[in-house]
Amino acid sequence: MQSDHTTTAHSHEGFPWKHVIGFILSLILTVAALYVVVSLSLSTTATITIILVLAIFQVLVQLLFFMHITEHEGAYQLIAIIFGIFLAAVFVAGSIWIILYGTY
Amino acid sequence: MSQSHSLNNQTPLEYSTEDGRLKIFGFWVFLGAEIILFSCLFASYMVYLHRTAGGPTPDDLFNVKEFMTETFLLLTSSFTCGLATHELRRHNKTGVIIWFIITLILGLGFVGMEAHEFVDYVGEGAKMSTSAFLTGFFTLVGTHGCHVSLGILWIIGILIQTARTGINPVTARKLFIVGLYWHFLDVVWVFIFTVVYLTGMVL
Repeated sequence: MQSDHTTTAHSHEGFPWKHVIGFILSLILTVAALYVVVSLSLSTTATITIILVLAIFQVLVQLLFFMHITEHEGAYQLIAIIFGIFLAAVFVAGSIWIILYGTY
Repeated sequence: MSQSHSLNNQTPLEYSTEDGRLKIFGFWVFLGAEIILFSCLFASYMVYLHRTAGGPTPDDLFNVKEFMTETFLLLTSSFTCGLATHELRRHNKTGVIIWFIITLILGLGFVGMEAHEFVDYVGEGAKMSTSAFLTGFFTLVGTHGCHVSLGILWIIGILIQTARTGINPVTARKLFIVGLYWHFLDVVWVFIFTVVYLTGMVL
């Protein structure tokens, strides 16, 4: 494992702007998701698609603004997480497809 | 956002030893495995979503005010936990401890609300054994709640060690990793919030 010590040290001096921006973004995304469900009367499919997209953005905010996923061994960490997400997608999509829409 | 970037090219303490670097990478691998664990619980929840067996449906149970409060508590705790990591990078022991204590209080509030929610549901006759939907619900949300409770105990333990020995490569690595864990729990909650609570109001 390579160990080049590149860091994002500059973001850890002074006021934690990165965290504050991440927090505001996550609040906006949460309220937006609730708004779509409660106040907009879109079709079920449209509503669920929109709130899932908002959830994915919310996760990106957590990973990039709070968890420093790109820092240090960024590539290795990303591979571990992307592999986890890939398997998660296979399990969830596969289960729903087989059980709910499968013909057997 | 235009303060002078007094670039500190020092490696953060938690990455300063080979041991620390490997353990942090190992923790990311563990988080990958956690994604897979929760994805299985999500898959079973979604498959059984409509199997309510004449019992309560998601729409009967979920209370917007309650789950929004839980969401804001956990989101805010993820933010304060991020601030603790920020203070860790500045080697400010008091700052780390204060922000983690605020995180703990928010986390305890979250777990308390969730326990209260579960007790309410059971009181309304929505037990884990009532229907496949409720089995999936309690397993998924309960596993997340167990993770948060474990995280609270874990943070308390590391805070005691930090208070005693100060910020050094070992405690820095532990504080950074428990921070990652806490943020990850918020990531899982985002999906519970979306897939369980919000979707429950739509379907």
